[in-house]
Amino acid sequence: MNTDTHAAHADDHHHDEGHAHGSLSTYMLGFVLSVVLTAIPFWLVMSGALPSKQVTALVIMAFAVVQIVVHMIYFLHMNTRSENGWSMMALIFTIVMVVIALSGSLWVMNHLNSNMMPIHQMTGMK
Amino acid sequence: MSPDLLKLIFGRLGLESLPLHEPIVVGTFVVVALGGAALLGGLTYFRLWGYLWREWFTTVDHKRIGIMYMILGIVMLLRGFADALMMRGQQALAFGGSEGYLNAHHYDQVFTAHGVIMIFFVAMPLVTGLMNYVVPLQIGARDVSFPFLNNFSFWMTVGGAVLVMASLFIGEFARTGWLAYPPLSNIGYSPDVGVDYYIWALQVAGVGTTLSGINLICTIVKLRCPGMSMMKMPVFTWTSLCTNVLIVASFPVLTVVLALLSLDRYVGTNFFTNDFGGSPMMYVNLIWIWGHPEVYILVLPAFGIFSEVTSTFSGKRLFGYTSMVYATVVITILSYLVWLHHFFTMGSGASVNSFFGITTMIISIPTGAKMFNWLFTMYRGRIRYELPMMWTIAFMLTFVIGGMTGVLLAVPPADFVLHNSLFLIAHFHNVIIGGVVFGAFAGITYWFPKAFGFRLDPFWGKLSFWFWVSGFYLAFMPLYVLGLMGVTRRLRVFDDPSLQIWFVIAAIGAGLVALGIGCMLVQFAVSFLRREQLKDVTGDPWDARTLEWATSSPPPDYNFAFTPVVHDNDAWWDMKKRGYQRPLTGFRPIHMPSSTGTGIILAGLATAMGFGLIWYIWWLAAASFIAMLAVGIGHTFNYHRDFDIPVDDVVRTEDSRTKLLAGAK
Repeated sequence: MNTDTHAAHADDHHHDEGHAHGSLSTYMLGFVLSVVLTAIPFWLVMSGALPSKQVTALVIMAFAVVQIVVHMIYFLHMNTRSENGWSMMALIFTIVMVVIALSGSLWVMNHLNSNMMPIHQMTGMK
Repeated sequence: MSPDLLKLIFGRLGLESLPLHEPIVVGTFVVVALGGAALLGGLTYFRLWGYLWREWFTTVDHKRIGIMYMILGIVMLLRGFADALMMRGQQALAFGGSEGYLNAHHYDQVFTAHGVIMIFFVAMPLVTGLMNYVVPLQIGARDVSFPFLNNFSFWMTVGGAVLVMASLFIGEFARTGWLAYPPLSNIGYSPDVGVDYYIWALQVAGVGTTLSGINLICTIVKLRCPGMSMMKMPVFTWTSLCTNVLIVASFPVLTVVLALLSLDRYVGTNFFTNDFGGSPMMYVNLIWIWGHPEVYILVLPAFGIFSEVTSTFSGKRLFGYTSMVYATVVITILSYLVWLHHFFTMGSGASVNSFFGITTMIISIPTGAKMFNWLFTMYRGRIRYELPMMWTIAFMLTFVIGGMTGVLLAVPPADFVLHNSLFLIAHFHNVIIGGVVFGAFAGITYWFPKAFGFRLDPFWGKLSFWFWVSGFYLAFMPLYVLGLMGVTRRLRVFDDPSLQIWFVIAAIGAGLVALGIGCMLVQFAVSFLRREQLKDVTGDPWDARTLEWATSSPPPDYNFAFTPVVHDNDAWWDMKKRGYQRPLTGFRPIHMPSSTGTGIILAGLATAMGFGLIWYIWWLAAASFIAMLAVGIGHTFNYHRDFDIPVDDVVRTEDSRTKLLAGAK
């Protein structure tokens, strides 16, 4: 800890800690990976390789998640140490929020007819 | 001119859009126009335009932007409160066959505008203004991380406010209630411009709110002075951090919901329609995913203010700092797990309702922990009953009542009885006025001497305090009674004459609050006139504990000539105890950001674009959008972004403070 009030200035022009920059090879690797991860879903849709549309959609979503991870690692240079761990913390928070909002909304929206009259009783009311 | 050409130029805006048939609105317009003309004339006569433009409108100084936020909040409070008075008057009169004095068309706009204005353009600017002013000072920084962005955020908020105000005289505002639920807010049931005003006012202001959230998070994470670890941050800075995290995580949800609603309205999609697969309930679900965090966005900074005030005026370190921080963080997370309690009655079954009922009740635990922390801070303290402390005590009493009615509403079976009743109205005014508004007033009286160098007049302040507090209780306790008797919200006329007395009492309460607001305005004027007697030269009028009191009042442009170094919580208290000597030599030039007019220009264009979209004036919307892009890109070529305050200026400023301090002793 610093007791000298003037010493604070020494740190002013030095703010690169924990901020890794990529090299040409990591950028190329990231680029190739994202192209591949984009091309496969296109091919799945165009060729209809998978039997059901629902499976295709789920597989595409899985590829999208992997794509997000690739972008974060190779283009945003995120790792557990970047920005003193703040990036990781922000990522975890974001994931928690997204999971809460998505799963909560699905649960809530699929539950909305709980208090409705069962269908077989309703059909009898005509 | 042909009708087609007129439509091309003016969209759906025509002479009949002006509400000339509403005498109340016309009267208001005359008053506002005369007042506005007098203000503009005065500014021109005293040649203040140049000064305002150079020193205020284009400033990137977080302190001035903070003050402008506060002015915006107080001005909009007058508008929002005028709406409240109109509603209270209408409901007190409309009995026994009387229709009152407001027709349904007008009354529905009034209650919608009241809610929207109070949340988005009163509470948010007051909270953001205090954070903007105080946080950089508390962490020993010279400005926020992105000073230009800060200016831009402020003007976007103003842009939203301008659109809401414009709706009063040009066209009309939404008649849907403050969250504009579909299907009522869809084009089929609200074909006019009201909901469009609502959407674009919130979208424009929302950009500002989100950006200022990012800005303040970045400031708190990156610009703390040496030695200030996270667990040495003042509690207000902590609550501000959590609030801004909430803003950044939740406002995009609002943006998306409103965007989907505008797609429904403008291009005929069916996200929230009754038919073609749309689901209005999805709108309710999504908007409350934003809406519940929003109430914590408002109240967390207030909790921070009360923490600072309690420890300062009890002369003690805050009791349970660590538990206060953890309580704040826990509230931040939990605020995302409770949104369904706003619509228990929408049809979910027992499992969903009990889950959200229980999470809601759990939130009262960290909040209760905070309450005990404040009580134990006061315990055996030397409490000074200055105005900020009075507001804090009023808050503690009031907020506990509001919190308990909140837990009551969190019980789903009870909520089925009380949903959308005046009990709910009483509850949320109880927590928002008791928490956020009292907090903002505590903050204003506490930090006013820091911002202006003189204290607020205590006599008029106390008068305002007692009118506000008694007025609040008189206005809202009857609403609890009415709610329990089953009266629902947003009603315009009543049949049962036995209810009238409660509405009359509530109207009297609103009248007392009006006196409270009046006294507050008088307080500002009186304090300005008596500024010599109320002057504070020490920079620390309350014998306070955090870093903002280490510098002069008002602080110099650069806040601190030397970046402070922190060793303990309550950094300034620690410095005072260790006999801190202000450095008098060794000054250096200080690197600062330059003012720029780009923020106000961009926000003006965004407002024009909103206006164009509201009235279907497509050329205006397109032109202002393109102009925005051009100005934004143009700004990237502006290389005059910073300058150095010459060392002579720093020495002069600091020497004059040395003289003042010597004179004070």
